[in-house]
Amino acid sequence: MNPDFLHEIRICPALDPAVRDDFPMTGILSHGRPFAYLNNAATTLKPTCVLNAMDRYYREYGSPIHRGADRIAHKATTAFESVRQTLARFLGTPHPEAVVITGGATMGLNLVCLSYGELVVGEGDEVVVTPNEHHANYVPWQQLCKRKNAKLILAPLDANGCLTPDALESVMTERTRIVACSHITNVMGAAMDLKALAAVAHRHGAVIVVDGAQGVVHERPEVVSWDIDFYAFSGHKLYGPTGVGVLYGRPELLEKMPPVVMGGEMIDLVDVYDTTFREPPWRFEAGTLPVAEVIGLGAAIDYVLELGYCGMQKKVLGLTERAVRGLLALENVHVYNPENAFSGVVSFNIRGVHPHDASSVYDREGIALRAGHHCSQPTMRWLGVGATLRASFAIYNDESEVDRLIEASKKAGDFLDVLF
Amino acid sequence: MYSSDLYRQIIMDHYQNPRNHRLSEDPDYHTVRLKNPSCGDDITVQVRLCEGRVADCRQNGTGCSICCSSASMMSELLQEKSAEEALELIACFRKMVTGEPCDQDMLEEAQSLAGVSKLPPRVNCATLAWQAAERGILQAEAADGTADVPAGELADGIEEAK
Ligand SMILES: Cc1ncc(COP(=O)(O)O)c(C=O)c1O
Repeated sequence: MNPDFLHEIRICPALDPAVRDDFPMTGILSHGRPFAYLNNAATTLKPTCVLNAMDRYYREYGSPIHRGADRIAHKATTAFESVRQTLARFLGTPHPEAVVITGGATMGLNLVCLSYGELVVGEGDEVVVTPNEHHANYVPWQQLCKRKNAKLILAPLDANGCLTPDALESVMTERTRIVACSHITNVMGAAMDLKALAAVAHRHGAVIVVDGAQGVVHERPEVVSWDIDFYAFSGHKLYGPTGVGVLYGRPELLEKMPPVVMGGEMIDLVDVYDTTFREPPWRFEAGTLPVAEVIGLGAAIDYVLELGYCGMQKKVLGLTERAVRGLLALENVHVYNPENAFSGVVSFNIRGVHPHDASSVYDREGIALRAGHHCSQPTMRWLGVGATLRASFAIYNDESEVDRLIEASKKAGDFLDVLF
Repeated sequence: MYSSDLYRQIIMDHYQNPRNHRLSEDPDYHTVRLKNPSCGDDITVQVRLCEGRVADCRQNGTGCSICCSSASMMSELLQEKSAEEALELIACFRKMVTGEPCDQDMLEEAQSLAGVSKLPPRVNCATLAWQAAERGILQAEAADGTADVPAGELADGIEEAK
């Protein structure tokens, strides 16, 4: 991570610690202890404003969108479409029609693969991925390459799990059609310089598909100024609801892409033997959409923009650095990504203890974290381990929770205690 | 009744020195490999039946202490049991770790894992090998024609545990 950028984060004004109170679940107990939720890279807790926005939709104007001529349905449609506008502004594009509502990052990435990927990848072509992708941005490309007799190319990463522009350059050829990488990876927490990577991809005539599931939480994406072709993320990791996500697509590319799922408002005219489809983004939004969740996502975006990314980054960076320092000081702990505190993710193991055994020790202390392969078996292979523990921090966490994590780590060797 | 210290020792001993740990190449063994997708536990169990009895039970895999020690204890417990007894033991173990009443004594060393009933997220770790053995026994019976399950429905392969 660029030191100037980190310096800017450190000098930015701190968030009001009262943000914690915006999240009702920070008040619950687990095993009789205050719940320390440190599994934020899996999903985040929701602020009251998001819950209220969804509740209001269901209680006051829970009507179909695009399908009712009445006033209330109009209100629902307007609320829904205004979230698209919010999302476009958030992503840094003047084109709301470049914003496709999806079921989440996985759905968005699969849509790009099944529609755009099917269209442009042929026999002998190449798709570049990294060995640290989440399965959602790895398996679809792997399977596409298998179907097409194309080559899946794994770009080399540096020791911190980062894909540098030079490393990407080293694997690009005239057959490269697609570069698929994360904004921030979910195990190593490596943050990519997307603008530089997009430039490399474009120089070779390829498009760049970005998995923004983790990245969007820690750095506001600027799809136009970074020149990104596709950017997918989920609402639920960004303090929004589950079941909803966003795919940004460059308008010229979306225009060329066929729909993958058919039915509902994505249809234009249905003749007996043929059908025409609506223009993007509606072409890709088949069936009844998760309206309440979209409205909740809009509230989440408003919430984070109100807090400001700089304050959020400062908070998460501070907590993560504290955790890395504390864990590095323990002899029984191995930390895999000490240099990536910006991403709020610490991946580690207790020496000689299976992470699943350790996870029960944390659970008993009221701490939630993740143990396993984190939906990225390629990363486990890259690290040469079967599974890891992962603590991940969010804006409502505090230093006492980090300290409880460190204390519990000291006791993780006594993992059989939880049975008795 | 054992003390919790003894139970700890039993579990650690099976975890560190797993029994019946070498898989067999002999085609008479029915092999079932099960995985626990959430945490990566991955256990292969082999069962050979002879005249309706478990002539041998072998296990190998990777996973947490609960999963691996459980597999090891099971592989000892099921030896020489009739298929019917073995299935009964498997059912009993499943009850024990989900907190239902059962005759724990018949589980011998495996009753050291009774505390899993306090850890609902870990129940699948404990039962993974037992589930594999159950499937292996049913497959073996089907192959011998002693049961009414068609063999095709229980084909060998890697599966995810439910
Ligand atoms: C890097 C990354 N990509 C993709 C996903 C998939 O997100 P979702 O399950 O919300 O579709 C996740 C979340 O687990 C992730 O961390």
